[in-house]
Amino acid sequence: MADFQPLDRDGIAARIARDIPEGWFVNLGIGIPTKVSDFVQDREVIFHAENGVIGIGPAPDPENINPYLVNAGVQHITLITGAALVHHADSFAIARGGHLDLCVLGAFEVSENGDIANWARSPDEPIKQVGGAMDLAVGAQRLWVAMEHTTKGGGSRIRTACSYPLTAKGVVKRVYTDLAVLEVTPGGFAVLDMIPGMTRDALQARTEATLIWP
Amino acid sequence: MINKFVPTIAEAMAGIPDGATVLAAGFGPGTPATLMQGLAEQSARNLTLVMNAGGRDDGPIAELLSTGHVRKLICSFVRADSVAGRQFANGKLEIEIVPQGTLAERIRAAGAGIQAFYTPTGADTILADNRETRTINGRLCLLEYPIHGDIALIDAWQADRFGNLTHRDSARNFNPIMAMAAKTTIVQTAHVVELGAIQPEHVHTAGVFVQRVLHVPV
Repeated sequence: MADFQPLDRDGIAARIARDIPEGWFVNLGIGIPTKVSDFVQDREVIFHAENGVIGIGPAPDPENINPYLVNAGVQHITLITGAALVHHADSFAIARGGHLDLCVLGAFEVSENGDIANWARSPDEPIKQVGGAMDLAVGAQRLWVAMEHTTKGGGSRIRTACSYPLTAKGVVKRVYTDLAVLEVTPGGFAVLDMIPGMTRDALQARTEATLIWP
Repeated sequence: MINKFVPTIAEAMAGIPDGATVLAAGFGPGTPATLMQGLAEQSARNLTLVMNAGGRDDGPIAELLSTGHVRKLICSFVRADSVAGRQFANGKLEIEIVPQGTLAERIRAAGAGIQAFYTPTGADTILADNRETRTINGRLCLLEYPIHGDIALIDAWQADRFGNLTHRDSARNFNPIMAMAAKTTIVQTAHVVELGAIQPEHVHTAGVFVQRVLHVPV
């Protein structure tokens, strides 16, 4: 029996932050990804939001909210010194045009060929909630996914093929879960890192896709 | 003398025909709430509304949809639990979902005279079902067409009588591109300024794209 403590959401965000070098332009999706910026305060990393903000700063004090300044989740933000503001088409030109070094998104599932499913749990879902995920997924130089390794019911989110409607095909480079860090390679998911106490057998038992051990 | 200011909301909203396509800007801040309320109160029916998202249970989008004057909503995101989501579920509202970046680019393309474009966004998803795709430089792409507006409803921080605009902070969002993409662009501005008060290099939306401006002090 493996004896391990899965990372919490802050732990996943902090693990991602370790791998982001100074100087990158980064877009963070909603959920766990948003927390990543809390853990890179020692480096100059420029955070982009889909609504045209380049250079998001720390969250504002409640008494100092600027109602004209929000992020892609319409939460109030601050700007860093040196920030820039653009309109929506230019903002997505930044995303789609390959100007982001990294985008971190949450997901329901990722497959071993780098497909991501993060916007609908069924193709028959009548209401579609696409937002900007498809543009970010196809455009960023690197797409990393932050998510729990398994569903609440214990099902694997790391799959041979996605069962939910895709956001984009073949675009995910890395997956950071509460149990491990996986790289998408031509041969499948390669395990770059595991949490303390995790074993190969225990990780594979929680993973539908076949893992590679470099 | 050129003067694009109009004194009343009624004059700002005059002449919107039944069946018009209305582009409404905003992403939280930057939403032209007074003009959207004006649209809800005037007589045009059977409208197509183009906005980033379908809103919630209150606010300018919900109030406009509640009139029943909007037949179709083109946007990137709709909550099931919202006026838009329930109208859709009841068959009272048609919804076309467009990825947010594609939505912005289709609007920009309309303003720029681009007749269509190919983008990788959504090309290998169910949004591309029964639509034209093509592999360009080894990448599967989806054909997208511009979204032209009959009317654009725009929010500004400052405006002069030529219709030159600034937008405050992230309230810029869809405002400059929607202003480009409509036959009649109607602006609500928080501040009225003299010609020249906005430095030419600081104009965010040039007056060439603007027809009417209403002063709505904040």
